[in-house]
Amino acid sequence: MTQPKIIVVGGGLAGLMATIRVAESGIPVDLFSIVPVKRSHSVCAQGGINAAKNLKGEGDSTWKHFDDTIYGGDFLANQPLVKGMCEAAPAIIDLLDRMGVMFNRTPEGLLDFRRFGGTLYNRTAFAGATTGQQLLYALDEQVRRFESEDKVKKFEGWTFLSVVLDDGGVCRGICGMDLRTMEIRTFPCDAAIFCTGGIGVVFGRSTNSVVCTGSAQSALFQQGVYYANGEFIQVHPTAIPGEDKCRLMSESARGEGGRVWVPKQAGDERAGKDIPENERFYFLEDWYPKYGNLVPRDVATRAIHKIVFEMKMGLVGEPAVYLDVTHIPRETLDRKLEGILEIYEKFVGVDPREEPMKVFPAMHYTMGGLWVDNQNQATNVPGIYAAGECEYQYHGANRLGANSLVSCIYGGMLAGPAAVRYSRGLESGCENVPGAIFERERVRQQDITDALLNQHKGTENPITIWREMGDIMTENVTVIRYNANLQKTLVKLDELSERFTRINLQDRTQWANQTLNFVRELGNMLILARVITMGALARDETRGAHYKPDFPERDDANWLKTTKASYNEGNIQLEYEPVDTSLLQPRERKYTAKA
Amino acid sequence: MADKTFIVRIKRQQRPDESVRWEEYELRYRPHMNVIICLRDIAEKPFTQSGVESTPVSYDANCLEEVCGACAMLINGTARQACTALVDDLEKPIRLEPLTKFPLVRDLVVDRSKMFEDLKRTHCWIPIDGTYDIGEGPRMAPSVQEKGYPLSRCITCGNCLEVCPKVNQRDPFVGAAIVSQVRLFNMHPTGAMHSAERLDALMLPGGIADCDNAQNCVKACPKGIPLTESLAAVNGQVLVHAVKSWLRGE
Repeated sequence: MTQPKIIVVGGGLAGLMATIRVAESGIPVDLFSIVPVKRSHSVCAQGGINAAKNLKGEGDSTWKHFDDTIYGGDFLANQPLVKGMCEAAPAIIDLLDRMGVMFNRTPEGLLDFRRFGGTLYNRTAFAGATTGQQLLYALDEQVRRFESEDKVKKFEGWTFLSVVLDDGGVCRGICGMDLRTMEIRTFPCDAAIFCTGGIGVVFGRSTNSVVCTGSAQSALFQQGVYYANGEFIQVHPTAIPGEDKCRLMSESARGEGGRVWVPKQAGDERAGKDIPENERFYFLEDWYPKYGNLVPRDVATRAIHKIVFEMKMGLVGEPAVYLDVTHIPRETLDRKLEGILEIYEKFVGVDPREEPMKVFPAMHYTMGGLWVDNQNQATNVPGIYAAGECEYQYHGANRLGANSLVSCIYGGMLAGPAAVRYSRGLESGCENVPGAIFERERVRQQDITDALLNQHKGTENPITIWREMGDIMTENVTVIRYNANLQKTLVKLDELSERFTRINLQDRTQWANQTLNFVRELGNMLILARVITMGALARDETRGAHYKPDFPERDDANWLKTTKASYNEGNIQLEYEPVDTSLLQPRERKYTAKA
Repeated sequence: MADKTFIVRIKRQQRPDESVRWEEYELRYRPHMNVIICLRDIAEKPFTQSGVESTPVSYDANCLEEVCGACAMLINGTARQACTALVDDLEKPIRLEPLTKFPLVRDLVVDRSKMFEDLKRTHCWIPIDGTYDIGEGPRMAPSVQEKGYPLSRCITCGNCLEVCPKVNQRDPFVGAAIVSQVRLFNMHPTGAMHSAERLDALMLPGGIADCDNAQNCVKACPKGIPLTESLAAVNGQVLVHAVKSWLRGE
């Protein structure tokens, strides 16, 4: 065959790393992204990236990183690739450093490391409190260099609609929509790598960006790709609540010594800074003396819920607790946390160096995602690969802070070369696929769009449906899950899906029509919401971020297994497969032990 | 009690070649609203104050925490990010317009690809040998990192170009953001080995000589990047580079 052709969809950390690896192997890449890749959601990652470089004389090792990650994920992650990731992490940091990331330094000019949740080691490299932004920019710059050498062609401002499957069910290309001209077009390729990120928008208000709808994952799911462990949703303990989004207050605030507390006296109306030390209840430090404020996120989130809703000890006037950094020297705060303190200052109008911040948990991350194999980031559909938050492989039932950036980059590093090997091994490339196969998919997608544009009797507003979906998903499918409420959620999703068929597009123009794109995403989100809820309903146990008060224990006998959802003519089915626990025997997960 | 409301005036243009119109929307006030929430409210009920049905407003937005750079627009005449523009702090009626120094796409959406092209033209990257494991990066003094990090927080929003009297859609001036990036890469130990390429690019038309020191850029930067310092530093580098090139007979 001639030179293979590879497409990457998504330009966050995983997508850019996959792009770099493919381009480096001499194969040209077409890179698709809704936004200019430099504006991808990876910029929102704040605190840092984990790698056991052991530069602090603590005896840290990649094995300990591996153990913390598996234990933190409550033993639901397949172990071999997680071990691979932890072993690769130190070299990944070196690579990023060589690319020019402005990591914080020690006096000796070496990389500085700080502590994060779920570990007792200083293992997190960081660039101020905007580490994700800094890493994304470094990869963006490398891709721009390849672009200037014509090895990468960017399609920014395109959205992914579907893959082109041939009659044997093999991926032969993608179908996308130009968000300016609204043109729908197919692009042949031998392999497509999906790095389409998070799904926070399914929950309405989350810490995620506007583009994190999971629409691409849902579209792939509807075309036959398995979706795994959808029910595992991470709720970050500390965010600033907001009507448009919840803004993350990084775990690094606690890594640098920040403390979480509420007044000992419920209903205390004094300002936080006026409440004396001995009248404050540092509940995380009290309940979890060994890890203190740096327990894993699911543990901290449930503790805050308990304080606010069960013990009624939340702050006066709003469901919130204090995250306090006022005792840390100003100079340290500005050097290590400026990025996030600035966010608090700009959106709340209060200087967190002077007053404790008011925070509350918010939906943050999906551990679940597209099913990929144990080696190559390959999905079950030949020619389709996935890396980054959109796939399920690395975090089990709960992700440790600062492990997402490393999993994105590691996944991209594997997916790129795997797609190259697969493409080179194909007997016949996409150039030999009959045009009719592509035309068939293009027409199918055009018909969906035309039906929306021609629907003149619609009465339902897309934003309203989206807000209702987000509200019920946040209420019933995040921190605490009851089967009765999950059932109700499925009924509500049915109702919303029915109303969706009567949607009023409001905008029927054929130029930069953002409503059309949003409505197409919304249709996909409704299906993904169902996958998440069904997975949660079925899993009668408590594991990591999945907490059911009616089933409060982890149940390895019945539930140490991966949920695999599949889609068949409108029906979603769940099946299960064993977890690879070949390296670490599952043990009880308990963070309460004394220091 | 009737809800408290306020007015948002928006400059609408469906396509670059179509005529401009202004629309007014009356929105229900809630605490902590920002301009993004206003635009979402309009999308949910796209009826103008006089009850005429319109379309949702097109606008760019992504992270909503001022780190992606997408949502720059003119708000009450000032170039800034919509996500950090809080309704409480804005004079009413709130006036929204697209940036004027970039080609219009629709409503509040403009095409800022010029900035990404200019980053390419000025070689704003560290040319690494490859992604394979060849060990650690160069050591860097904390003082260098503390100078470089603020520069590397540039979100390519384009506000500094919008306020620059020398930037317009006809002339090629790259603007302060790009010059500041050149300074960043020239500061890095590996990047410095290739500073000549970047300085050469800034000696071409549209380069640093086009800056006439109006200093609007530094005031418009949402990330507080010391842009005028960068312009001065790179100007100095270009002069030294030019003299050295001349002495070498290039």
